[in-house]
Amino acid sequence: MPQVGDLRAKMSSLLEALNKWLCGPITVMEVCGTHTVSIFRSGIRTMLPKDVRLLSGPGCPVCVTDQAEVDAMVSLAKKPGVVLATYGDMVRVPGSCGSLAEARSCGAEVAVVGSAIQALALAESMQDKEVVFAGIGFETTAPATAVLLREARRKNVKNLSVLSLHKLVPPVLRLLASDPTLVIDGFLLPGHVSTIIGTAPYAFLAEEYGKACAVAGFEPLDIMAGIVEIARQICGGRPAVRCLYGRVVRHEGNVKAQELLGEVFRPASVRWRGIGVVEASGLVLADDYSDFDAYSRFGITLEEVNPPAGCRCGDVLAGRIAPLECPLFGGSCTPQFPVGPCMVSSEGSCSAYYKYSSKGVSPWGA
Amino acid sequence: MAVPHKVVEIMDENRALVSTGGVELEVRTDLIEGLQVGDVVLVHAGFVIEKYNQDEGEELESLWEEVMQFASGR
Repeated sequence: MPQVGDLRAKMSSLLEALNKWLCGPITVMEVCGTHTVSIFRSGIRTMLPKDVRLLSGPGCPVCVTDQAEVDAMVSLAKKPGVVLATYGDMVRVPGSCGSLAEARSCGAEVAVVGSAIQALALAESMQDKEVVFAGIGFETTAPATAVLLREARRKNVKNLSVLSLHKLVPPVLRLLASDPTLVIDGFLLPGHVSTIIGTAPYAFLAEEYGKACAVAGFEPLDIMAGIVEIARQICGGRPAVRCLYGRVVRHEGNVKAQELLGEVFRPASVRWRGIGVVEASGLVLADDYSDFDAYSRFGITLEEVNPPAGCRCGDVLAGRIAPLECPLFGGSCTPQFPVGPCMVSSEGSCSAYYKYSSKGVSPWGA
Repeated sequence: MAVPHKVVEIMDENRALVSTGGVELEVRTDLIEGLQVGDVVLVHAGFVIEKYNQDEGEELESLWEEVMQFASGR
């Protein structure tokens, strides 16, 4: 196990290399919400050269869930005889008519699960209820929803359905990379999504759009190495997709999980909060699993809904503004009383800015 | 967030007991083949999503080599 001194020395070497290789101002988007939080927690923002600008991207699963999707969850939870099960952070996100937490306080049955498979146990233990699992998240959580559905079918469970709100990372990156109004030179790619999909699905970012890319882990040294690698690619004029997280990311990804996704889901165009409809960026149930589709079982259609007045979460997620530029930030929108999902989720950019941005002192002595 | 755990017990073909920081947890192993007691695994939302390799991976190693060569030559 490296000692603190070794870590400090390695961080110092990375910073020196960054300063040496940096050729001018660069903008790097960290796609994953866990990267955002780790960057703040480790003080990396405070020690980067001023020419390196970090933007937070659309990698927080709760934050990108569209207002219409939140409304659908709340409306389902309020139906008599329905138990709505989902992951914890989702419960406090405000919908147009309140959050799941508020619905629960008025009598709706909302269950928080730590794993998709717990929804199956719920359905088996509450056979007089309809259990709906609202599956949110990216390629990392979607395989768990797929296992839930395969198991439910094997056990012939009839009172379970899935509201699939899963989203895919590469299509939204294509949208951001191709937007001429956004200045993004490189992407710090999400480590755990890459564990599932591998590195090949990102190749277009370098080949078609000339973006520098590094898949990185979540320790401070991993993240700094990713930023150094991106700077080196940009300044050397050699954009590529490099994997710096070989501990758990293989080039081909987790093939078993990919096969399961292919069996249970099919891609569809879905709406991302504040970003709009992105082609083939969501997962809906494949025809073989349509019996478990909550959309058809409960007649749900998603209509476009306006976000809360003044909320700029969509612009934050697209990297158009920093959280501090939102007029609601820290005033009417705080982690205690959030207006938008970026302030609710533990991985949300606004929440991370609120918790950490005032500290301003690097623990690395750089 | 995904967190590393050590496999303590293989319970059946789809479940294992894993441990981190002294806390044990039952997880699903449907997404991984050939899991063994002692493996270090990445757990996300109650599922093992990958096994850890022993090494860092070639590309990070080569970046480190370049950074260290630069640092030692300054």
